[in-house]
Amino acid sequence: MKLYAIVVYLFLYIPIGVIALFSFNAGRHASQLQGFSVKWYAIALDNPFVMDALKTSLIVAFISATCASVFGTMAAISLQGIKGPLRTIFDMMIYVALMIPGIVIGIATLIGLVTLFNQLNPLLEALWPAGLQPPKFSMGFGSLIAAHTLFTMAVVIIIIRARLAGMDRALTEASSDLYATPLATFRQVTLPLIFPAILAGFLLSFTFSFDDFIVAFFVAGSETTLPVYVFSSIRRGVTPEVNAIGTMVLAASLTMLVSAQVLLRRGEGKNK
Amino acid sequence: MKQRTRNWLLLAPAGTWFLVMLIVPLTVVLIFSFGERGASGGYVPALTLEQYANLPARWTAFKNTMVLAPAGTMAALLIAYPLAYFLAVRASPRWKTILLVLVIVPFWTSILIRSYAWIFLLGGRGIPALLGWAGLEDIRLINTPFAVLIGIIYGYLPLMVFPIFVSLDRLDKRLLEASSDLGARPWHTFVHVTLPLSIPGIATGCMLVFILLMGEFLIPAMLGGGKVFFVGNALVDLFLQSRNWAYGSAVAVTLVVVMLVTVTAYMRLIKRLGAQREDVAIM
Repeated sequence: MKLYAIVVYLFLYIPIGVIALFSFNAGRHASQLQGFSVKWYAIALDNPFVMDALKTSLIVAFISATCASVFGTMAAISLQGIKGPLRTIFDMMIYVALMIPGIVIGIATLIGLVTLFNQLNPLLEALWPAGLQPPKFSMGFGSLIAAHTLFTMAVVIIIIRARLAGMDRALTEASSDLYATPLATFRQVTLPLIFPAILAGFLLSFTFSFDDFIVAFFVAGSETTLPVYVFSSIRRGVTPEVNAIGTMVLAASLTMLVSAQVLLRRGEGKNK
Repeated sequence: MKQRTRNWLLLAPAGTWFLVMLIVPLTVVLIFSFGERGASGGYVPALTLEQYANLPARWTAFKNTMVLAPAGTMAALLIAYPLAYFLAVRASPRWKTILLVLVIVPFWTSILIRSYAWIFLLGGRGIPALLGWAGLEDIRLINTPFAVLIGIIYGYLPLMVFPIFVSLDRLDKRLLEASSDLGARPWHTFVHVTLPLSIPGIATGCMLVFILLMGEFLIPAMLGGGKVFFVGNALVDLFLQSRNWAYGSAVAVTLVVVMLVTVTAYMRLIKRLGAQREDVAIM
């Protein structure tokens, strides 16, 4: 039994370890170890395409995680006080957002937005004062952020709702019995209690957005995110540079995840 | 009344987002699936079932998905169950949490990089080179259904272990003691006590993995090398290469419908199994 577990753990971690090991390879070939070196990290970090893609990924992940945490928290709080058909509709939309395959979400966003833009752009052009260049909608940062916010928001709503459900109702009741306004109750009671969950939701959303390939593949338009860049360079062949990028991406996600876990744990401890 | 207004205001941004970015686009896909392809790609409005009639052209993609998704789910279950059992029943409480975290962590890291690791391992200079060294020459691993299956198991094992672990961990260990005190052999205890009580975990794990596999693109794209492709790969081809939006939409709608039908049927089956178990328990 123990032996079996060890074999499974090896299965889970050897591939990751091999990538990390070969990223420090001094040799030019991807699959022959020739001494230790960090030169592939330097090359990767010096590559303008990699840095551009990384910048795009970070900006998109930060903005969409922020939107998802703020709007998701607002929705979760309001859903607490809502019953009836509106709540059913909302629950269904969250369910659909999580259940529909990512690839279908990507496709739907692509053709939905392109169709919308094709209607909007001529309209704007007609309405815009003559002589001035009217703004033109196209796929890029905006569509990436909007699409990532959608599926990460569904996750945030679920996390915050679980946290709110575990919260002692007597606390908010006591607060309003003591004549605190709803806003004061929210700021002084609810928010401190759910804050770790919001932060955890933010970090998870950031990781999801940062690691997402399939949605970005469809809706990124002229932009390139890091996973899209890595995918296309893998198509061109396996290089030590990709190993270095991969190792850095894995290390970054691990850091985010550990922080999210620590925050969630701490939040639970506080409530007990 | 005032509180109601506040609730509405709080819900408005998320509601708008879901409407504009989810409901409207999905409706557009549904409408497009009844349309026609434009001369230079894209979409021309029409009301025809032509795209759906054309579905058999992509039969291989559907067949591969409907074979490899359940096969991958089963393989992941068979590998995950003993590990979940070990973690929940056998592992010492001190190590339990850390071992569980170690299983789950890879799932939250980039699946792209993790699949890439297998290109590396299964490719010409990886495991085949080791096998060649051991005397087994000319073994091709990459770009085979086997490689895709390995990728699937590797990618989704954590998602299968977790729910099974939860259901086994909740199980009252005194039941196992009672069973063995009453003279049942370990195997009997497992088949008649442990396994039935972990069915909810098995059901959840299988459903999660199966749903994700139905829409899989990356693993077959990277480890199947164009030879083993899923519906997801057909969709990428239709939308990003040949720009046949109407036909692509019909394929996407069909994928979602097949998925919903399979999952509903599966949930009914599990419910019935559960109901039978209860009957037995009452008797």
